[in-house]
Amino acid sequence: MTASVATAKRFKPGEPVRVRRAFPPGHIRTPIYIRGAEGVIERDCGDCVNAEERAFGRSGLPKLPLYRVRFKQRQIWPDYAGPANDSVEIEIYANWLERA
Amino acid sequence: MANLPDDDVPELARGIHDMGGLPGGAVDRHEHAVTLWEKRVDALLVLLTRKDVFSVDELRNAIERLGAEAYTSMSYYERWTASIAWNLMQRGVITADELGRRMAEIEAEGRQ
Repeated sequence: MTASVATAKRFKPGEPVRVRRAFPPGHIRTPIYIRGAEGVIERDCGDCVNAEERAFGRSGLPKLPLYRVRFKQRQIWPDYAGPANDSVEIEIYANWLERA
Repeated sequence: MANLPDDDVPELARGIHDMGGLPGGAVDRHEHAVTLWEKRVDALLVLLTRKDVFSVDELRNAIERLGAEAYTSMSYYERWTASIAWNLMQRGVITADELGRRMAEIEAEGRQ
């Protein structure tokens, strides 16, 4: 079962987080290339319907916290040639995040 | 490819849609005029989701399961059409038999 909003981890902007490295089948909104990467919470997007559940015709409730997480491009792509501060931001559900 | 090693990624875990970081070639930035049938498909999905027949997550889920060959060869709204048909059958709104007969009728009439 997914965690309810009441019990799900809450992060604050600026907190370092790590994306869980897991590969379940299903409808997953966390792209594979970012699983296992470390980033920083950019903002709390509020509580959102759980798309992993709603994709199978269920309600998607309880909602899950959704966070926008900022990652450094250079930490993700070994051959990234852009400026060191370039970042990529991805909106990720709380069940995929852990404290780094 | 990404910095993290990907040798622990099970083959079945990466759907064709999850293409971030894979070689993709140049991005086609041409604007594409939307045709009437594409507008109809778009409107149909808006109605179906607003009436809670099924959700956009179910739309996406079925698209992600089209198979690599279909996913890459079909256009954006062709993928939507295939997924809408699948979800309407999943929800019992139409049957495969009804859809198959109607498709054959339209084909016989020579319409697109």
